[in-house]
Amino acid sequence: MIPSPWRADFPAIAALQRQDQTYLDNAATTQKPQALLDALTHYYANGAANVHRAQHLPGAHATQAFEDSRLKVAQWLNAGDSGQIVFTHGATSALNLLAYGLEHLFQPGDEIVISALEHHANLLPWQQLAQRRNLKLVILPLDADGLIDLAAAVHLIGPRTRLLAVSQLSNVLGAWQPLPALLGMAKAQNALTVVDGAQGVVHGRHDVQALGCDFYVFSSHKLYGPDGLGVLFGRNAALEQLKPWQFGGEMVLEANYHDARFRPAPLGFEAGTPPIASVIGLGATLDYLAGLDQDAVSAHEAALHDYLLRGLAARNGIRLLGKPQLALASFIVEGVHNADLAHLLTEQGIAVRAGHHCAMPLLKSFELAGAIRVSLALYNDSEDLERFFEALDQALELLR
Amino acid sequence: MSLPIEAAEALQIFQSAAGWEQRARLLMQFGDRLPPLDDTDKCDANRVHGCESQVWLVGSLHDGHWQFSASSDARMIRGLVALLLLRVNGLSVADLKQIDLPDWFNQLGLSRQLSPSRSNGLNAVLQRMNELAL
Repeated sequence: MIPSPWRADFPAIAALQRQDQTYLDNAATTQKPQALLDALTHYYANGAANVHRAQHLPGAHATQAFEDSRLKVAQWLNAGDSGQIVFTHGATSALNLLAYGLEHLFQPGDEIVISALEHHANLLPWQQLAQRRNLKLVILPLDADGLIDLAAAVHLIGPRTRLLAVSQLSNVLGAWQPLPALLGMAKAQNALTVVDGAQGVVHGRHDVQALGCDFYVFSSHKLYGPDGLGVLFGRNAALEQLKPWQFGGEMVLEANYHDARFRPAPLGFEAGTPPIASVIGLGATLDYLAGLDQDAVSAHEAALHDYLLRGLAARNGIRLLGKPQLALASFIVEGVHNADLAHLLTEQGIAVRAGHHCAMPLLKSFELAGAIRVSLALYNDSEDLERFFEALDQALELLR
Repeated sequence: MSLPIEAAEALQIFQSAAGWEQRARLLMQFGDRLPPLDDTDKCDANRVHGCESQVWLVGSLHDGHWQFSASSDARMIRGLVALLLLRVNGLSVADLKQIDLPDWFNQLGLSRQLSPSRSNGLNAVLQRMNELAL
């Protein structure tokens, strides 16, 4: 038995259980802690107001809470004075901000390096930038375990490399990528470095100063926070090279009919009214998470992951994608279509993900149209996995 | 508009099915009975996009009546498509335009397969059929 001591902190888990649903699609999005629900209710019930513009008291309160959250995010990532936290409308939005805001730095023939396992959010903005500017998009291959192949990367990250953008933790393969080595290679070429922390930020604590990347991106909703909110950490020197992408609202310093000047980071990159409630909510989530025993959380997640892998290994014909280390496992079953398996797991109230997981090229490289992914969160327990295994066995019995 | 005999039989069978397991077994049985599609028909032009699995749908008119054939590499969607064809094959052009296909799956107890978040492809198949029937 692996119980989760934090399960009751997430009221939706009990609600889902009452609907006979077992939620194991946490890499897609997570359930929310009561602390977040309370913060949202408090904000909306006590006076909503726009931020950074009004002199009135509600505006001052909202701005204070909003900026407190920015500080909490900076502390969560140990950003210190090294850079700024920019709020965006999601991780995808943050990566698009980078791909547009850094566009002026690229000349035809320059190279952008990503890896073969990138989520579409960290592939398509760079692919489209490469097309706009006639750049070369270089794809780092993976080794047999699903890690970015460093021996190949040494040759592919070169003097034309202007930017490296890689995931910290794959949403399909569940393995930490060798970031220190990759970032070192990129820095040796004076290339900018972007880390997609959408999955990585959810597991363990990460220190952007120790990591040494120029930009670090994650989305709030995968980290038990509200949706519609992304976070972009930028190192000070790197942010100076980033140009505003979207315009309007309080990002402006001075506007005339035919020209304008804009604020520096972070506000200069936060056009329009930001997702105020979500930012405040993320602050509450981080307070909640900071109050947990991080070692206990990591140990729990590791034990659950081990339980998942052992259960999958005990069944015939299951093939894992890569060599998952934590958080999730993607698999196929020999001779069984993943769409059929997904259908029957859904019928039994098992919420897992089937398909290409927003990483079509990666799945194609495995010569697969799709796979089933089970992804874990700190509120999951071994009973969730037992229900999954029972449903899996039933489904396979029917299908074989 | 009365139900084709085979559709009426399918409806009776599904309406008396108890539980998801029996419905799944029935779907697979109906899918297995779907006449095979020629390999030449399994081409990109007949492919229904928007499905997790590969689904092909071919339709032609014979004396003003529709005759569809279809296949998929996944068994559940093949069963769903088989139930669809039972309902529509032989309909006149005017009848196919009028028929409420979501309601047909609703009567079969399979309406959940048509929820917008489903990527099994039944929605995409219905949409393709609508396009063909225009």
